[in-house]
Amino acid sequence: MAEAQNIPAGATAGGAVAVAAESTVATRMSAPPSFDVADFPVPHGREEEWRFTPLERLKGLHDGTAKADGAVKAQVDAPEGVTVESVTRDDERVGKAGTPVDRIAAQAYSSFEKATVITVPKESVLTEPVRVLLHGEGGTTFGHTVFDIGAFAEAVIVVDHTGDGVRAANVDFLIGDGAKVTFVSVQDWDDTAVHCSQHNAKLGRDATFKSVVVTFGGDLVRLHPRVEYTGPGGDAELLGLYFTDAGQHQEHRLLVDHNVPNCKSNVVYKGALQGEQAHAVWIGDVLIEAAAEGTDTYEMNRNLVLTDGARVDSVPNLEIETGEIVGAGHASATGRFDDEQLFYLMARGIPQIEARRLVVRGFFAELVQQIGVKDIEERLIAKIEEELEASV
Amino acid sequence: MATLEIRDLHVTVEVENGTKEILKGVDLTVKQGETHAIMGPNGSGKSTLAYSIAGHPKYTITQGTVTLDGEDVLAMEVDERARAGMFLAMQYPVEVPGVSVSNFLRTSATAIRGEAPKLRTWVKEVKSAMEQLQMDPAFAERNVNEGFSGGEKKRHEILQMELLKPKIAILDETDSGLDVDALRTVSDGVNRVRETGEVGTLLITHYTRILRYIKPDFVHVFAGGKIVESGGPELADTLEAEGYEKYTKGGAAV
Repeated sequence: MAEAQNIPAGATAGGAVAVAAESTVATRMSAPPSFDVADFPVPHGREEEWRFTPLERLKGLHDGTAKADGAVKAQVDAPEGVTVESVTRDDERVGKAGTPVDRIAAQAYSSFEKATVITVPKESVLTEPVRVLLHGEGGTTFGHTVFDIGAFAEAVIVVDHTGDGVRAANVDFLIGDGAKVTFVSVQDWDDTAVHCSQHNAKLGRDATFKSVVVTFGGDLVRLHPRVEYTGPGGDAELLGLYFTDAGQHQEHRLLVDHNVPNCKSNVVYKGALQGEQAHAVWIGDVLIEAAAEGTDTYEMNRNLVLTDGARVDSVPNLEIETGEIVGAGHASATGRFDDEQLFYLMARGIPQIEARRLVVRGFFAELVQQIGVKDIEERLIAKIEEELEASV
Repeated sequence: MATLEIRDLHVTVEVENGTKEILKGVDLTVKQGETHAIMGPNGSGKSTLAYSIAGHPKYTITQGTVTLDGEDVLAMEVDERARAGMFLAMQYPVEVPGVSVSNFLRTSATAIRGEAPKLRTWVKEVKSAMEQLQMDPAFAERNVNEGFSGGEKKRHEILQMELLKPKIAILDETDSGLDVDALRTVSDGVNRVRETGEVGTLLITHYTRILRYIKPDFVHVFAGGKIVESGGPELADTLEAEGYEKYTKGGAAV
């Protein structure tokens, strides 16, 4: 991929890059998936899935000391025909899309009181997005949301996180045959918030799922977007964009499990980092199981380090159990916006702030255009500008 | 008429074992419309002169002055120098991933001219400048210097010079790494700007080859961090015949 050549891997002088070629996707978790938090040992920080995460900043989400003492103001704007229900954990749709893979996801599952199920009936094509606004009002909260998308339905779903608080909440997608779903999750938290979430998408035959994860805010954000297929013809596109500032820890851990034949996946995550102790982690796991002949997959992570003192850990993993596939590839590259680039642009009369803006805009532009939700695209561009203004 | 005056310029860089003085008292005056060639052996400090004038952070000015029409260039930020009319065509222009040539050129022209060029005339302007430099139009959509060949990088530098119309242009070894055809194309570009009479050109080179295409009014020999001899174009012929040896021996070397 020509694009992946833009920035040579390991070009960061002030940051750091880790690229692991080996893959042990299935084996390197310290416990098998489970709905019960008790099945997971309390992490000590050296486990493969925890080694990048500053546990002391998780506000007790990982060791059972976090208690549900907070509040989140939730607002759901659902177009006509879409139903919103509050259900208990024994509802059969809850937990059906995936099982928690780490202790915090299991803690969230074990701790929520009521789950929200939002249903788009089969064959209904929404002309307006489903919008869920979650505004943290401090304290710890747990939650669980299920989006149940009927066969051949089409929907755009936007979940927006703002405010402050400590939140562990999982999001499930049950995507019917031939349905088309775009899901945008915006983490625009205050810089004190902690947010952990596992996104489970289970795609029906010929279903299309586009996930767009946008992370700007939070003290610590740790997300697990995960995809699996239940029939052939599934197509998943996982896009991500993050802007990690001084002191922030933003971690995205993806898994695409190609468990049935003839499915596609494409993962593109891009991040910009600036400031002391800005830390971005990207783990991209793709599993092509023996049965998944005809799989076509590609994953890419690119990072742009704007200042000294920032750190990137980028680990793509590709595990292939069959050779009968259309394509499989991955790329990880981290580049630095360095003094020489700045000098070059400034030597052409471009002021420093404008030079940074030019580079960052260019870096994100292509990805932003792929989102396909106009107001989100505009908001992202504005947000990127705002982050840049704050940096100089 | 714009005049660049360099007086007693001393410049140091940080090296592994301390500070090293590279420029040791450079005096030079370049007026709009004039072309000066600065020639000298490797390591004599020619490029340091170019980058110091442009304001590269690696270099520390310890003594002396640089003024453009009496304005203190050394007190200006890098971008302010460019907007004041200074231009440096770099020997090794850096890659800027994610920024297309067309976006870069327009942003730069907007900064230098103080307003965004009118889109219609701008497109024409860029297109004709690129044609004259024999650059493929597809070039505009590529990222700045990314994957450019040596020749493409130099054409791109001269393209900027043509579009930005500086008062004083410093060309740092623009000839290096170019084959004869590319050298001619690039030289034609420089000459087009020179013919306007509105640019003072400081041509830094190791070889006399480029002087066949770009005729200097003055030739200066640079050795040991300063200008050791100045003359007319005939001095280049002497250098061509005799090399730099007489300047690098007898204590003039760095």
